[in-house]
This record gives sequence, C-alpha cells and structure tokens, in this order.
Amino acid sequence: MCLAIPAEVVEVEWPYATVDMKGARRKVRVDLLDDVRVGDYVLIHVGLAIQKVSKEEVEEIDRLWQKILEE
Amino acid sequence: MAEDTGRIVRKIEELSKGQEINLMHLCGTHEDTISKYNLRSILPQNVKLLSGPGCPVCIIPDTDLQKVFHLLENRDVILTTFGDMARVPFEDRSLFYYRSKGKDVRIVYSVFDAVEIAKREEKDVVFFGIGFETTMPSIAVAIKDSPENFYVYSAHRFFIPAIEALVSGDMRIDGFINPGHVSTIVGVKAYERYRKYGIPMAIAGFEPQDVLLAVYMLVRAIRENEGGIFNEYTRAVKYEGNVKAQEVMNEVFHPGDGEWRGLGAIPETGAGIRKDFEEKDAEKVFEDVFENFVPKVDKRKKHCRCGEVLKGLITPKDCRLFMTACTPRNPIGPCMVSFEGTCNIWAKYRIS
Repeated sequence: MCLAIPAEVVEVEWPYATVDMKGARRKVRVDLLDDVRVGDYVLIHVGLAIQKVSKEEVEEIDRLWQKILEE
Repeated sequence: MAEDTGRIVRKIEELSKGQEINLMHLCGTHEDTISKYNLRSILPQNVKLLSGPGCPVCIIPDTDLQKVFHLLENRDVILTTFGDMARVPFEDRSLFYYRSKGKDVRIVYSVFDAVEIAKREEKDVVFFGIGFETTMPSIAVAIKDSPENFYVYSAHRFFIPAIEALVSGDMRIDGFINPGHVSTIVGVKAYERYRKYGIPMAIAGFEPQDVLLAVYMLVRAIRENEGGIFNEYTRAVKYEGNVKAQEVMNEVFHPGDGEWRGLGAIPETGAGIRKDFEEKDAEKVFEDVFENFVPKVDKRKKHCRCGEVLKGLITPKDCRLFMTACTPRNPIGPCMVSFEGTCNIWAKYRIS
C-alpha cells in the first residue's frame, strides 16, 4: 500500500498520462501534479502520480552518501 | 557499495556505543526492506529496529471488515477493493470467501479501476477504501469524479496524528524512521508538531541504503541529544509535500476518532467522508443496511498478537501462532495476510 514506483511519462492526455514503469505501461491520473510532460519522471501510487522526481534528485542520495563517508 | 555499507555501519557502531537505542519504523515497506536485506544482522546489537503500525491492512479493526461483509450479505452490489484486504479473515470468512459463494467481489489495482467498473455496469459499485495519506488523495479524486453508482466505504486513517499515540505512550522509542510515501504527500512540515518531544525523526526511502542512512541520521542526533526532523528521501519528499493532494484529501475527508487494531481509538485519525460528498459515502447511502449490524468477536483470533506486533512490543516469533496455526497460506491475523504485515514479511524471508 505504501509502495510507489518511479515511472517515465510517455503520453499525456490530461488528467491522464500513460507511464512506463520499467517496461510495463499504464494509464494513471496526473492531475495532482503541475505541468506534467513527456519525459518527466513521476512516482506512481495505486494509479495516481503523487510527485515528480528528477534525475538529479535520484542521484542526490549518492552525493549524500559520499558526504557522510568523507566526514 | 558493499564497502561503503560497511563504513556506514561502523559509523553507526561508533556513534551508538554504550547506548541501547530503539528505533521504530512506521511503514510496512520499510519492514520489507529491513527483512529482505537482513539489515538487523549488520547493525550493532544495541541498535534495535522495531516495527510500528505502518501496515494499513493490519490496523483496520475487525468491525470495518464485518460491516463490509454485512453489506455484501444484504445488498446486491459490486464490491471492489485491493487484493490484500480481500484475504483478511474474520472467523472463517474473507472477501474471497464471499466471491466463492457467488458475490461480486472484484480486486482492483487502483480506485480508478473501480470507477471504470461503475461506468460499465448498472449495479452499484462500492469501493472498500483503506490506506493512509498516500492513498487518500486518489480516493478523493475518484469521489469527486465518478458516476452516480460509485460509493466508498472509508476505512482510511490519517497516519500523522497517530504518531502522537506513539510518542506520548509509555514505550521507549528513541527515534522514528518515517514513511517515505505518506511524507511525499504531507511533506516534512507535517512532523513539525512533534519537535517538542525531542525525539528525532528521519523520513526515509525504501532502498537498503535509504534505511541505513536514516539509522545513521537518528543515531547521530541521539548521540548529540538533539531532536529534529531529517529528510533522507529528498528525491521524493518536499518540505510542503504535495499541496494539491493535501487540498483534495482535506476537501473530501474529515478527521475524527479512528479505531486502530492494537492501539484503540486515536483522535484525528479517522477519515470520514464530508457531508458535501455524502451521496458517495457507502455508510450513509446504505444506512438502512447497517442499522441492524452487530459486531462480533472472532474466537479464532483469541491468541493472535497482531496488535502487539503493530506496537513493536513483540516480534512475530513471540506469538505462539506464528508459523504454527498462522501461516501465509492459512493466516489468522492481518499481520500474516498483508504484504506489509510484519508476520507475513518474516514468514516470507524465513526469519527465525
């Protein structure tokens, strides 16, 4: 229930979008996010996109690890 | 990465030396990560990871389940819900049992699939809704945008106010690992109300590295005797959260007393459907059916200790039913049914 899966937006038909979850395609609602475009990464929870995630943010955790390890 | 993990674990060891530290996670998916990667075995013995009430299926009291059974017995509706919920037993019945007896029970991946069923069918479609702030915005969107024959039985719970019962209770918890996707919706700001207790909290993602990093943040804060709200999961959780999702959730649901398995009634955690949307509220629409509903007690669950597992008071192994009478194939309590239930997770990864 708490699981949310990052997926890439491949088509937008407001308030829906088709997303690609590592090969599996699904139509989801995206109307609780602003300005969703093809190529965006979004977090999907039971059929609803709950947040946009950027590639940079996904990489952020690696930087945090490095920072701690260098402390 | 393995080498880095070792270094982080050594840092956790150094910072926690000489202290008994109890950390509680608040999400079933965190328990899954912890058990799957056996993180407890690589952490020092003085740092304990307790599992908390973060499994939405597990915390639903039997009364809600019985009411849904009662509705199915008395009305010819299409009942839709998530798969986990359909397997939870009461006495020797579950929603799957009712399906085998010819009732129209359908499992959906999302509430929007239930809305699609309502668009196709003439019969009334009732969605048995469970879940926390992560799930509630989708239900709220569906309630606002669905055909006339679609209704929701709301067994949702607001999770954030439930933390109050844990921090002000008599259990000693030194730090919390907060749920990543509930936090995606409510934001870091939702936890500000807990700063006053001085117990550190770290919002964490669901990779093993995320959990270890959260443990490190908490142990460091405990060492320095500072509280604080930390956000390890910055790639999905913003300070304000998803404001649109909060707005639609609060527009549709109103907080009230909510009953939790093991924890009892907790103020502000119940999520009833507001009066403005009462034509979608299954409890209102089928009021006449519920008039003669009388809750019962399941004798089979007499020795089930799911409630204590949910409070982190015991581990599944302390329950005498665990892997004897109660197994994933033949579960007695919801903690053994749900994929987010600690008993199910411990059974799956054969933790003994």
